[in-house]
Amino acid sequence: MTATVAVVASLAGAIKRYDGLTAVDGLNLMLQRGELLALLGPNGAGKSTTIGLLLGLVRADAGRVELFGRDPQDIAARRRIGVMLQQAALPATLRVSELLALTMSYYPAPRTLEETVELAGIAQYLDRRYAKLSGGEQRRVQFALALCGRPELLFLDEPTVGMDIDARQRLWTSIRRLVAEGCSVVLTTHYLEEAEALAQRVVVLANGRVVSDGSVDELRSRVSLTRIRCVTDLDAEAVAAWPRVTGAEREGGSLSIRTDAAEHVLRRLLDADPQLSGLEVTRAGLAEAFTALTNELAQEREAA
Amino acid sequence: MNTLHVADAPRSIDHAMPWQRVLGAYVAEARSECLRYLRAPGFMLPVMLFPTMFYLLFGIVMNHNAPGDVPRYLLASYAVFGVMSPGLFGFGVSLAAERENGLLTLKRALPMPPGAYLLGKMLMAMLAAGGVVLLLLAMATGLGHVPLSAGQGMRLLLTGMLGVLPFCALGMLVGAYVKGQGAPGVLNLIYLPMSFLSGLWIPLAMLPATLQRLAPIWPSAHLQPLALSAVGLGKDALWPHVLALAGYGLVFFMLAARRLRRVG
Repeated sequence: MTATVAVVASLAGAIKRYDGLTAVDGLNLMLQRGELLALLGPNGAGKSTTIGLLLGLVRADAGRVELFGRDPQDIAARRRIGVMLQQAALPATLRVSELLALTMSYYPAPRTLEETVELAGIAQYLDRRYAKLSGGEQRRVQFALALCGRPELLFLDEPTVGMDIDARQRLWTSIRRLVAEGCSVVLTTHYLEEAEALAQRVVVLANGRVVSDGSVDELRSRVSLTRIRCVTDLDAEAVAAWPRVTGAEREGGSLSIRTDAAEHVLRRLLDADPQLSGLEVTRAGLAEAFTALTNELAQEREAA
Repeated sequence: MNTLHVADAPRSIDHAMPWQRVLGAYVAEARSECLRYLRAPGFMLPVMLFPTMFYLLFGIVMNHNAPGDVPRYLLASYAVFGVMSPGLFGFGVSLAAERENGLLTLKRALPMPPGAYLLGKMLMAMLAAGGVVLLLLAMATGLGHVPLSAGQGMRLLLTGMLGVLPFCALGMLVGAYVKGQGAPGVLNLIYLPMSFLSGLWIPLAMLPATLQRLAPIWPSAHLQPLALSAVGLGKDALWPHVLALAGYGLVFFMLAARRLRRVG
């Protein structure tokens, strides 16, 4: 069977150093059409540099970086991308409609104004000056600027910082719509539930390298932890000493237990306290998986 | 076995921009740049009024009944002093601020046509320089009764609007090296001493001989003869000064552009 994949962006053996510090250390990454990739990693893992390389903002010291098969600094490649950066102070005195008109003018075949406004949900802000908008509203305008050029690849750097839950959900819906239309997305975020809600593929960076690349489920399965929560009189310290229990803490009225053998621990738990109530068993979320993975790496580094 | 055929995204869609749209992007950029400053007079107005006040105090009030060519000499000198300000500050301070607040990074990531950002700022500085010269002309004729023909006024305006360009390049160079809040201080350290040393406040002939010999180093010392000639004074050949200004502008611009390409 032959599968044809369209590569929209790639890094091959990319290395970038800043004053002796290696920010990106031989990174290999390939992004395909219609794929939503979440780029995760602790601070200083190389996320910003990776994005910078793909946008042509920084030059790799070694390796190859391509955007639509071209040099990212080639304007023809950048005409196919949309960008939402983490911090960009847009001209405060310009109206939202003027900012949109300016950004649309950079692209060969931008969306119509109506389409952009509808996708980003910014109809009520069009005539307002940018400085008069709240932080969350400004983020939505920046999202509109990112998608107004009808890009095939969208870079979203911490897109929902400063947004309320409602606005965040709406943005997620818009992102899913864009992906359904075949747009690829590179997303960096500190909210792991955001990556969990959106990403088909999660890439974890640490020390400028890819340490994990796969689906959300694959990343989760790397840590086989389960969380058990229940209301019981049992002593947390005593439970923590049981075999196969990684940890146990009191959280308010309930006891929270982490284990890699939920069935085993549950049986003993029910035996030990017949009065036990409010039982809840959850698989480790992306947040736990991510923490476990990065802790693991930190320990390896200390050992080395 | 699965084989994976890796292909580049189809290039069949033509992503070239028709030239009309590229031109439109340049126009949109310049329009936005001018609009944002017109709506925020707090930035450009002091830049324009500072040298204007100087002319009012030292060129008109202090020299009210000056004899002969002195009033026209002062007008030309303060016009040079005046147009340096929007060039150095209008360009340098805003570039330094936008390098710090992330706007320049975003513009570099977006498919903005090359140089549109700088052209927009240049146009804004030229308009502000034109505004300064018009203000000076209005004061010179209205308050100072400086004898001046319409042609001379037009030529001074043109000299100012084009003469601002090498100072834009110098402002750009400073803005490319100094980020954010540090830029105004550095620019003042260049602006005020350079004005004095090139004889804009006190005629060169009255400065110590060493300073007179050093004067050709300063770009402003080359713009002054052009401004003097515009108002009908001075008999020097003008082309060496034009060449010197063009040279300075080009060198400053190249150094700044190199720095911006590398560091951003």
